[in-house]
Amino acid sequence: MAAEQSSGGALAPVGLAVARPRRQSTSSWPLVDRVSYWLCWATGIALCAIALGIVLYMLIKGISYLQPSLFVHSPSPSVRQSEAGGFLDPIVGTFILTVLGIAIAAPAGVAIAAWLSEYARPRALARAVESAIEMIAGVPSVVLAIFGLLVFSQGFLGFLSQRAANGAVYGRSFFGASIVMAVLALPLIVGATREGLAQVPDHMREAAYALGKTRASCIRHVLLPAIRPNIASGVVLGMGRIIGDTAIVTIILGVTLRNEAVGSVPILGTLRGTGSTLTSYVYTNSPAGEGNAPQKAYAAAFVLLMIVLLLNALVTRLTSGEDRPERWRRMAKLSALVRTAWNR
Amino acid sequence: MEPLSPPPPVRKIAVDRDPFVATPPASGNGAVATPPNPLQTTRTRHALADVRERMRLESVWLAYGEKWVVRDVSLPVRRGEVLALIGASGSGKTTLLRSLNRLTEVTAGAARAGRITLDGEEIHELEVNDLRRRVSMVFQQPNPFPMSIFDNVAYALAERPAHGRRRRRRTPELEQAAADALRRAGLYDEVGDDLGRPALRLSGGQQQRLCIARALAAEPEVLLLDEPCSALDPISTATIEQLIVGLRESVAVVIVTHNLQQALRVADHVAFMHLGELVEYGTSEQIFERPTMQRTRDYIGGVFG
Repeated sequence: MAAEQSSGGALAPVGLAVARPRRQSTSSWPLVDRVSYWLCWATGIALCAIALGIVLYMLIKGISYLQPSLFVHSPSPSVRQSEAGGFLDPIVGTFILTVLGIAIAAPAGVAIAAWLSEYARPRALARAVESAIEMIAGVPSVVLAIFGLLVFSQGFLGFLSQRAANGAVYGRSFFGASIVMAVLALPLIVGATREGLAQVPDHMREAAYALGKTRASCIRHVLLPAIRPNIASGVVLGMGRIIGDTAIVTIILGVTLRNEAVGSVPILGTLRGTGSTLTSYVYTNSPAGEGNAPQKAYAAAFVLLMIVLLLNALVTRLTSGEDRPERWRRMAKLSALVRTAWNR
Repeated sequence: MEPLSPPPPVRKIAVDRDPFVATPPASGNGAVATPPNPLQTTRTRHALADVRERMRLESVWLAYGEKWVVRDVSLPVRRGEVLALIGASGSGKTTLLRSLNRLTEVTAGAARAGRITLDGEEIHELEVNDLRRRVSMVFQQPNPFPMSIFDNVAYALAERPAHGRRRRRRTPELEQAAADALRRAGLYDEVGDDLGRPALRLSGGQQQRLCIARALAAEPEVLLLDEPCSALDPISTATIEQLIVGLRESVAVVIVTHNLQQALRVADHVAFMHLGELVEYGTSEQIFERPTMQRTRDYIGGVFG
C-alpha cells in the first residue's frame, strides 16, 4: 500500500510507467465464496448502520428532552412530568457504584492476574482460579445479583445494609451492589492485566532477576508499571460494565426513587442505603417500567450512552499506539501542564 | 555426541536447595586429550597488579532436562582481568555464564553438578538475590526497563542494604550514586542533562551502556556479559569494549562472545568451548597465536563456527 502510493507520487520518474497491482476481482471465485464475501460485507455495513442508528436516534430524542435542570434535581414522585424532577440521584448512584466497584475490583483483579501470570503455583490452584474467573465472566449478572442478595441478607452482614425492627437484614445497599459490581468487573481487569503481562518479554524479568531482585519486586517495580495502559484499559472496560448493568441495580440496590441514606452518618449512611442508577432510571421511566415518562428515559439514556461512548474512546486511546515512549512524553507533558496550572 | 554412562549425580536446582554434593564421571567422553588445567595459570598481558580469584568453577556440569549442555568445565574468574568464553553456537557458553549467578534456575528442568564458588563459598549456599547483586549480568539484547533512565539505575540501586529496603525518589545520595554508575558506564556525558527521559528512547548502544550502568550500580564483584555487542553497530561496540577493558580494575569480567576479534581485543584469558566441553584455556595471545588443540586451531581459523 505504502509502496504503491510512493511510486505513484511525485517521486516517480517522468515517462516511466508505474505498474500498479490490479484490484482482485471476485468474478473468478466460486459462487459460494462470492456470495459469502458479499454477505460478510453486507453484515459489516449493517452493523455500522445499527450503531449509527442508535447514536443518532438517542442524539435526536435525547437532546430534545435534555435540560440542564435534569442534572441538578432529584427525582420526585409525581404524575405530572414537570414536577417529577431530574436524575441527580441516579447519576450520583452510578458514580458511587462505579467508583466503589472499581476500587474493590482493580486491586483484586491486578493481584489475581499477577499471581496467575507470574507464580501460578500450585498448578491445580491456578487452574481452579482460572476457571473460576472464566465462570464469573460467563455468569449473567442477574444470577450474580440474586446470589449477592442471598449473601448480603445474612445476619452477620447487616452492617452493610439496614436491619428491620425484627432483626431481618434488608440486604439491599450501595455496599452490597458495589461488591457484586466488583465481581462483575473483575474478569475484565484480570484479563487485561494478564494480557499485558504476557506481552512483557521474558528478558525484562531476567534483567530484574539478574540485578538481584525478587519476583515480587520485579512485579511491583518493573512489570506493573510497564503494563499500566493495559490495567487502565481493563479498569475502563470494567467501569463500562458496571455503568451499563441493570440487573444488579434492580435486585441489590433496591431501585428507590432517591438515594435513601440509613441513619444520620453522612457518607456511610448513603452507602448503607438504597438508591438507583441511570440504567434503573431509564428502565423505570420507560414505558416498560411504572414511571411511564419516556422523555425522561430518553434523556437519561442519552447521558448513559455518552458516558459509555466516552469510556470506549478512552479504552481505544489507551490500548492503541504501541509507541510507549511517545505516550510517556505526552503524559509527561500533560502532567507538567497540570502541575503549572495547579501552582498558579 | 555419545550418551554418557552412568549419568553424573545431579541436583535439580529448582526443586531442592540443599548444598550440592556430587561426583561427575571421571571420563567416558574421550574428547579432551590433555584436559586443560585452567585453575593454575599465570598472569597475562593486561592483567593488573592486583589480580584476585573471585569465582572458581570446578568440574561443572549443566543440564536442561536430560540434555547435558556443559560438561566438566573448570575455570577461574579473576578480578583484574577479562575472561572471554568463545565457541560455536550451542557450545554451552551462555548456559555456563548464566549458571554463574544462578540465572539458569529460571529455566525449568535446569540441573547442575560440580562446584561453583564465589570467594570460596558455594553459590548455592548463598541467598540467590544476594548472589545476583554480587554477580550481575548484562544480556545480548539491550533490555532497559520501560521507565526513565534515572529510574532504571535507581531501581538497581535501591533495595540494596546500604540504601535501605525502600526505593527512594531522587534523594541527593541516590542521584549521586546513579550518576556515578552512569559515569562508569560512560553514558553520563550523553544523557546527564535529562535523566528523566524514557530509557527506551535511547539508541541501542546507549541502551546497552545503560544496562551496564544498571548492572554496575549495585557494585557487583563479578560482571557477566552475554554477547553484549552482538546487537550493536561497530561504533557502539568499540565504546563498550573500551568500557569493558576499563572495568577490569574493579570487577571480574566474564564475557561470552561470538566475535573472535572482540575476544582478542578485550580478553586477558580466553576459554574455548565446543559442544559443552572446555577445549582450551589460555591467555588470549596463546589461544589466538599458538593454540595447542586442533579444534581450537580449526575454530580460530574459521573451519567451523
